[in-house]
Amino acid sequence: MKFAVIMFPGSNCDVDMYHAVEEAVGEEVEYVWHNETSLEGFDAVLLPGGFSYGDYLRPGAIAHFSPIMEAVKKAADEGKPVLGVCNGFQVLLESRMLPGAMRRNKNLHFICKTLPLTVENNTTVFTNSYEQGETIQIPVAHGDGNYYCDEKTLAELRENNQIVFTYGLNENGSTADIAGITNKEGNVLGMMPHPERAVEELLGSADGKKLFTSIVKQWREKNAVTS
Amino acid sequence: MTYNVKVYISWKAGVLDPQGAAVTDSLHKIGYSGVESVSISRMVEVKMEADRDSVERQVTEMCEKLLANPVIEDYSYEIEEVVSS
Amino acid sequence: MQLLHEPSPEQIKEKKLYAEMGVSEEEFASIENILGRLPNYTELGLFSVMWSEHCSYKNSKVLLKKFPVEGERVLQGPGEGAGIIDIDDEQAVVFKIESHNHPSAVEPYEGAATGVGGIIRDVFSMGARPVALLNSLRFGELKNPRVKYLFEGVVSGIAGYGNCIGIPTVGGEVQFDPCYEGNPLVNAMCVGLIDHKDIQKGQAKGIGNPVMYVGAGTGRDGIHGATFASEELSEDSEAKRPAVQVGDPFMEKLLVEACLEATKHPKLVGIQDMGAAGLTSSSAEMASKAGSGVRMNLDLVPQREKQMSPYEMMLSESQERMLLVVEKGSEQEFKDIFDHWGLNAVVVGEVTDDKRLTLMHEGKTAADVPVDALAEEAPVYHKPSREPAYFREFQKQENYRPEVGDYGTVLKQLLQQPTIASKEWVYEQYDYMVRTNTVAAPGSDAAVIRLRGTNKALAMTTDCNSRFIYLDPYEGGKLAVAEAARNITASGAEALGVTDCLNYGSPDNPEIFWQLERSTDGLSEACRTLETPVVGGNVSLYNETNRGAVYPTPVIGMVGLIHDTAHITTQAAKQIGDAVYFLGEVTSSFAGSELQKLTEGNIFGKVAPVDLNAEKRYQKQILSAVHANSVSSAHDVSEGGFAAAAIEKLFGTGFGAEVTIPHEDDLAGSFAEGYPGYIVTVPQDKKSTFEKAAPEAVEIGRITEEAEFTLRNKQGETVLKESVDELEKLWRGAISCALKSKD
Repeated sequence: MKFAVIMFPGSNCDVDMYHAVEEAVGEEVEYVWHNETSLEGFDAVLLPGGFSYGDYLRPGAIAHFSPIMEAVKKAADEGKPVLGVCNGFQVLLESRMLPGAMRRNKNLHFICKTLPLTVENNTTVFTNSYEQGETIQIPVAHGDGNYYCDEKTLAELRENNQIVFTYGLNENGSTADIAGITNKEGNVLGMMPHPERAVEELLGSADGKKLFTSIVKQWREKNAVTS
Repeated sequence: MTYNVKVYISWKAGVLDPQGAAVTDSLHKIGYSGVESVSISRMVEVKMEADRDSVERQVTEMCEKLLANPVIEDYSYEIEEVVSS
Repeated sequence: MQLLHEPSPEQIKEKKLYAEMGVSEEEFASIENILGRLPNYTELGLFSVMWSEHCSYKNSKVLLKKFPVEGERVLQGPGEGAGIIDIDDEQAVVFKIESHNHPSAVEPYEGAATGVGGIIRDVFSMGARPVALLNSLRFGELKNPRVKYLFEGVVSGIAGYGNCIGIPTVGGEVQFDPCYEGNPLVNAMCVGLIDHKDIQKGQAKGIGNPVMYVGAGTGRDGIHGATFASEELSEDSEAKRPAVQVGDPFMEKLLVEACLEATKHPKLVGIQDMGAAGLTSSSAEMASKAGSGVRMNLDLVPQREKQMSPYEMMLSESQERMLLVVEKGSEQEFKDIFDHWGLNAVVVGEVTDDKRLTLMHEGKTAADVPVDALAEEAPVYHKPSREPAYFREFQKQENYRPEVGDYGTVLKQLLQQPTIASKEWVYEQYDYMVRTNTVAAPGSDAAVIRLRGTNKALAMTTDCNSRFIYLDPYEGGKLAVAEAARNITASGAEALGVTDCLNYGSPDNPEIFWQLERSTDGLSEACRTLETPVVGGNVSLYNETNRGAVYPTPVIGMVGLIHDTAHITTQAAKQIGDAVYFLGEVTSSFAGSELQKLTEGNIFGKVAPVDLNAEKRYQKQILSAVHANSVSSAHDVSEGGFAAAAIEKLFGTGFGAEVTIPHEDDLAGSFAEGYPGYIVTVPQDKKSTFEKAAPEAVEIGRITEEAEFTLRNKQGETVLKESVDELEKLWRGAISCALKSKD
């Protein structure tokens, strides 16, 4: 299986994402520069955290005009798993691949700490190795992670089981404690917490590892069936 | 009297505006080649009670002390009296 | 917009306009002598910045010479962008600390942010990948609204820059004392990693080689920032022209990646950051170090503003710019590298053999001066020094001993002092995890990052208890280095070397110069004894307002090597039932302690002498105990004394402890400061191994399941028994509570 890590100017968790794939699942992984236009040959797409274009204007707002984003949308339409973490989530929101928007954290400060998350839906391609309702420890590091959506969207998210992770401790003020959501089809996940920072006990938590193993597990099952 | 005050805060001439520069580049990239420059400033709306003869002095003070940092920022304001119905 | 109508050379001399640029009459005469004619306005500008304290260290050079700068592992000592120390396997660590005090006093966010940006450039200009940031901050008491504004602004500026550029801010320290009220200290340290083969030097070699300008455009910002930093802050500093620059971390992120690619290119000859005094210092220093000259055409310099004069371009301190010298013919290859990252790379001049800095502007020669005169031959002053009356007074005083009531109440008060209280309000705003190497996060004695792909890790810390240095610069200086080394060894690392940031008042005051002289003596002696050479640093003088000078504050940045990640030791207790040991030697001195400040409102008295040999002995023991895998946690005793250090080991663990005060005198054993001391926890089955490795350690208690903290004296009487949860709440909440409080 081959993962793409998209690099925008200003991405800074690209290296972490790359190493997490190596460390957690040992699958093939490559960086793809934002000027590229194709993701042919990749089986999953990872949008890393950071400050694409300095997060100037609004986080993710400028990055979504990058040439590579057309290819990311195409990969999503083809049903390939697309994971956006932190700034990657913000890019997915700005490009309307996921519903809602981000505001400044309610305390107006950047927050960097490890927080408990609840796995709300373990049936997705990203969470099939977790238990339903499991509490996992995953770090957050963001200034604009206060997820917002209107009541109608929230009702839809709930109805379609699109809320995948919620905060056990809601420090940023997100609507309905939302930490991560998918699209309706379930193959595009955006989340503020960083699973790629939690793949080694030495660094404090390995609870993020299963997110990567889930993706590979499903890919293997699918390919075993079709081949 | 009640006043609605709009305070506009922008970078002083000569101070780097990285946001403006990044947005300019981006507008160029998506085809707006006629864009010469972009500058991004802040607007602060203040609703306040004050006497007619002190409102302007108070607003200036607010700007100097808190809303802007005169070391790197300029400010201007519009003061509008709220007509009570 | 021409900011100034430039005066003629004659006018400059007649009207003594040089004084406005901080050039003295003697210095002006010497410039005239060097040139054999009167300098024009641009040339005088070049001299004024290069001969400022910030660039030339003219007032401190005589003292800096005393530092030990050599050691088996030292690859690059002071003089380049940053020092370099070997860490085996053809790898090296690159690090430096620098101040940005004066800009932060007038514009805290941008001042702090650009301080971080500048120190990062010093590190990657050596060819190193920046891997960690630390900082050392000093503010007035957190009661005054202006201090709160400065504190919040500085912290968010550090966060804003470091988080965006994606280098983890892993550690540091913050202290509060009234002397820093109008003049906060903002010192930023950057640590980088490099392979020996990639080490670069800032040299302009090879006659005819092109000089390239890369990065952001030049604007009028920060003109005369370097001289601004060398003046006392006056009331009208706040009204000065925009001497504070705005940083662009996004640009710098691109610049890091592009420059690291460029430094791996075999045709790169030299590279240097355009820091203080921008284009002037980078070009003059690169030429002077290589014994060459540089000729630049200023019309080619990328400019952000219109109609900039040569003076303005040469003195601009616009951020995120670097100067490169490359082999002739390879210009396009370098342009391509920078183009990939969307950055400018422009040839602005060439290397010459005439040892002069020649600047052309609109077809005319704008300046023509010898580079060595700018870079190497700045005047050196040995200022008069005088022992201050306060010091003589303190030396005569009887040993001070505070009157206290209930120990529990005292401990609660101490834990809420902002200097001791948890700094999580600060470090939770820093991304300390990005790049996923941080093993010991902020909040432990030293931060630890592992070196991916190896079994090694680096420990790093900043430390300086300036109260002791104020009371006794010599002993306090020794203590600053010793404390930093304790932090490093407590984390399981071998201390490698030091970078220092010397923050003082005006050296024109003989009593301040005496502080500088005596404290650098103490620092030098400690660095020599503890075998931690000084490989670089920075001097920041004139840190004073009309209310007086700051405490002498030589911040020590220290880096250590952990040979095996299994040896990484943090301060928090690890398991119930572990034995608690004390290793060290309590002294009964309260001079300069947090308790003295709490009870008396100020500090005074005679500091206990620091025995560096004992210090070294304890450090050896703690390290060999760690290497014998017998230590589960270690923490050194500092502000707040033994009791504060012991309870800090329990915070975040949910455990309790019962311990005996390691001294006959209950009060000193609980709250005295300024002595070597480690509190260590040891698994029961490792006790004999531990005792063999650390024969001077004394068993004083154990970690308990019940979350109670109990202190007993040597007679077995309980002198303090408190709930750990309650103490922890007070300690954690104190800073945000102080910020919210309206008084």
